[in-house]
Amino acid sequence: MKPFDYARPGDVAEAVRVATLPGAVFLGGGTNLVDHLKLGVARPDLVVDVRTLTSREVTDTEDGGLRAGAAVTNSELAADRRVRERYPVLAQALLAGATGQLRNTATTGGNPLQRTRCVYFQDVTTPCNKREPGTGCSAIGGTTRNHAVLGASQACIATHPSDMAVALAALDACVQVLGPTGERTVPFTELHRLPGDDPSRDTVLEQGELITAMGLPPLPAARTSAYRKVRDRASYAFALVSVAAVLDVRDGVVQDVRIALGGVAHKPWRATRAEQALRGGPATPDAFAAAAAEELADARPQPGIDGGNGFKVPLVTRTLVATLRDLTAAQEG
Amino acid sequence: MTELLEPRAMGQGLVRRDGVAKVRGTATYAFETPAERPAHCALVQATVARGRVTAIDTAAAEALDGVLAVVTVFTAERLASVEDAELAALQTAEVAFRGQVVGLVLAETSETAREAADLVEVTYDEQPHDSELRADRDDLYTPEKVNPGFETDTAEGDVAAAMATAHATVDHTYSTATYHNNPLEPHATTALWDPAGDGFLTLWDSTQGVHPSRATVCQVLGLPQDHVQVVAPHVGGGFGSKGTPHVNVVLAAMAARVLPGRAVKLALTRQQMFSLAGYRTPTIQHVQVAADAEGRLSAIAIDVVEQTSKVKEFAEQTGVPTRMMYASPNRRTTHRLAALDLPVNSWMRAPGECPGMFGPEVALDELAHDLGIDPVELRIRNEPEVDPETGKPWSSRHLVECLREGAERFGWTGRDPRPGVRREGGWLVGTGVASSVYPTMRMADSTALIRFEAGRYAVEIGAADIGTGTWTTLPQIAADALDVPVDDVEVRIGDTRYPIASVAGGSSGLNTWGSAVVEAARAFRGEYGTDPADGDEMETGVDQAAQDEDHAAYAFGAQFVEARVDADTGEIRVPRHLGVFAAGRIVNPRTARSQFVGAMTMGLSMALHENSLLDPRSGHVVNHDLAEYHISVNADVGDLQAHWLDEHDPWVNAMGTKGIGEIGITGAAAAVANAVWHATGVRVRDLPITLDALLPSLP
Ligand SMILES: Cc1cc2nc3c(=O)[nH]c(=O)nc-3n(C[C@H](O)[C@H](O)[C@H](O)COP(=O)(O)OP(=O)(O)OC[C@H]3O[C@@H](n4cnc5c(N)ncnc54)[C@H](O)[C@@H]3O)c2cc1C
Repeated sequence: MKPFDYARPGDVAEAVRVATLPGAVFLGGGTNLVDHLKLGVARPDLVVDVRTLTSREVTDTEDGGLRAGAAVTNSELAADRRVRERYPVLAQALLAGATGQLRNTATTGGNPLQRTRCVYFQDVTTPCNKREPGTGCSAIGGTTRNHAVLGASQACIATHPSDMAVALAALDACVQVLGPTGERTVPFTELHRLPGDDPSRDTVLEQGELITAMGLPPLPAARTSAYRKVRDRASYAFALVSVAAVLDVRDGVVQDVRIALGGVAHKPWRATRAEQALRGGPATPDAFAAAAAEELADARPQPGIDGGNGFKVPLVTRTLVATLRDLTAAQEG
Repeated sequence: MTELLEPRAMGQGLVRRDGVAKVRGTATYAFETPAERPAHCALVQATVARGRVTAIDTAAAEALDGVLAVVTVFTAERLASVEDAELAALQTAEVAFRGQVVGLVLAETSETAREAADLVEVTYDEQPHDSELRADRDDLYTPEKVNPGFETDTAEGDVAAAMATAHATVDHTYSTATYHNNPLEPHATTALWDPAGDGFLTLWDSTQGVHPSRATVCQVLGLPQDHVQVVAPHVGGGFGSKGTPHVNVVLAAMAARVLPGRAVKLALTRQQMFSLAGYRTPTIQHVQVAADAEGRLSAIAIDVVEQTSKVKEFAEQTGVPTRMMYASPNRRTTHRLAALDLPVNSWMRAPGECPGMFGPEVALDELAHDLGIDPVELRIRNEPEVDPETGKPWSSRHLVECLREGAERFGWTGRDPRPGVRREGGWLVGTGVASSVYPTMRMADSTALIRFEAGRYAVEIGAADIGTGTWTTLPQIAADALDVPVDDVEVRIGDTRYPIASVAGGSSGLNTWGSAVVEAARAFRGEYGTDPADGDEMETGVDQAAQDEDHAAYAFGAQFVEARVDADTGEIRVPRHLGVFAAGRIVNPRTARSQFVGAMTMGLSMALHENSLLDPRSGHVVNHDLAEYHISVNADVGDLQAHWLDEHDPWVNAMGTKGIGEIGITGAAAAVANAVWHATGVRVRDLPITLDALLPSLP
């Protein structure tokens, strides 16, 4: 572990100011960052603790949405009655993640910014373009079972591991950011980047930009929403694939649908093609499967020494069909 | 035949004597040993899989504040013996596997030590390496023996001829993955050399046997036995990986010698445990079974391909259970090894029986289906009257009873044999069975001392409690042997100060130490009668001459599993898992249950989750932590039950115990695989079974 300075500023403005220097990072619950400090994956000069600076409250917004402060823990957000009623997909996604202890510590600001679980990224003795740009991607041709089938590049095939983020992408959440040049709002679906030729950057956030809150827009349809996470072990495992879906069906016809996929790409994957294919059409398993096929048309499975990740394509299809089927049944009986 | 002790304290589910201390956190583990101003040791590991260290630059590390010393392959002391190449720490610049230790750092804090270790710059002349196990390699070789001293190959009759003429045959290749023992407590040592420099060393070590560990350390360091004390009162699991000292113990001793009089602490990181603390070889098992229409075997064969490290040979005895499990006139077992540029593999819970009860027990399930015979019945029909391998009678063998009682308890009767036809909600449901076996062993070397002290009996023996319950069960044996209440017995274990004890391995611990205690108790009573004087004492060893040689002694069991497979996603869950064991006298049902269910869970874990992923390009296991190397968690375990028969075996030892630490893992993975097949109709022959194998066949 490389020694670093630790700062606990008085307020968010000061936090952003001290974090403007390269080599500074924010500390949320620390459940990801501290591991990376120990592994040598993160080697900051300055750790700026923001846990007590940002809001730890979930509040109603005027337009009927919700706003969750960045310091709200994953457990608190999942337990919030308004979240459970209005955005069950989010509560389910949170509860599908990690363990009780971790969720008690992990924060709303930190969770979407957790980094990939790619084993090569986490092992400083192996090349990794995300950790050390220009060194190469060890995952390509290595173990790829947990890697991307959509939107990957020659430089990186990592997936984003967060469950919560998949739900937020489906819900069209927005990220409130305070940076050296003031405040801005980033649509959640635009927060994360595809790897392209610079996988070292997970998100569009600039050095020193702090997430202060997560906004959930009003979305009545989200009352019938669900998160389905698929994994080998029943708990305490990241998703092989996951589906977050909001579905509004009337008389067998899809009125509105929002879908995001986890475990398939460098970012939570908003399935806009599938949504388009479904909107206004029949809510039938065939239509769901066709929509999945549409979304996965560009899927590029990775071969791998562990058998690769080709299984993710049928698995996403089956999981998406099942999730939409169940949501349809919940509404239409 | 030995005179069986009459059980009074034995058989009681007494609570663990060390339980309160453990729950309160006051039980001291090796790394926590109180020491004044301990120094901390961190390791520098090779980042190439084969080659030679050409230079090591320690300047940056040494310049760091708080660094006390840096030792490398170029500067380390020369060890007295390098015969065991795994333990020849820092003796050569040659790198034989990725992760090999090429240097160490001593510092005031563990953080500084680790940072300094990172700053040590090592230059290599890298050579191509070879780390891929395949059955079609042309350089597989035949080891002289397989662990610990079994014949490598055996053959009886003509398997090929039987296969050619049989009514039904099964001929498939099965495989098990690489597994890492992963005890919760990492391998850790606190080492202290006497400041006088007179060569006295104390090791507080996380070990499965203080005496065997001391013997090895003394040999490597060239010290007389009485110069070294090894202490291990509490051990957080080992599963075989602490059965022999690994290089970390030697490194701790070498590091501490740099700072005589100052304790040095060295704990392996979880990642380091994947290259320095042993593991189970992957196995490729070609299994052949032939039978008549009634399911009576005419041939059974297993040809095993597995790996060993080039550093030191370890040949897992995977084919051994096939030699004795079922009756068959024709039989063949073989072992072939690939020697690879990989870390040293070694013991892991039930070496041999654990992987070796996978392929054959799945093959039998396939045979049962092909013949239309219930798999429980098929096994019963192939019950051998005597040990097929030696021709000796069994000391006791109750496999059939285990199968019957298990079937009864599990609700097996009336099972629809057809695969892939049961659906409950979104689940495909199936059940499976497999047999379990583990040999009953007793080691040669153990001595117990019994002393009458202030109205109580002190029993001293260097035995180990690796979570198994020795602190609690040994007093039960002593109490019955002395014919006193168990509260009148105090046991002292886990220290070479006490008389010599064998390793807690091969499920032989209690068999051996208990035998020594019984011998000592009988001798004590013989000498002093029932009314001893304060200070009367007696020290006696196990009587190896009295060890029965005329019987084949094994514990047996049967495991039943219900598997559910999500019809949408292929996710596999195991809501029910039931084992029935015939494992001799159960000394303490509470601690015994925990051994059985622990091992069964480890078998479940092997079936569905555990899989050390070796990247042949780098030559190391890339999922080397517990976030990525999955073991079954609570949510994976449903209704898990272990039962046992009340078995009395007068041949094994005075307690009638057979050893219970390992049998539960054997056959478990096969039972799961058989249940998954019954649920889905998909026969998965390679472990772990994951949803990708099932997806193409889901409805
Ligand atoms: C064993 C294990 C299993 C897990 N399983 C799952 C799982 O199944 N599903 C899942 O989704 N997650 C899982 N997690 C990950 C866990 O959810 C994340 O570690 C956690 O959500 C991160 O939140 P944190 O507050 O602790 O972030 P930190 O570790 O504090 O920070 C993470 C990153 O975010 C940055 N950061 C933190 N707060 C802010 C802020 N306000 N503004 C800007 N940047 C910030 C930090 O600099 C850092 O780069 C698991 C973790 C572990 C250790």
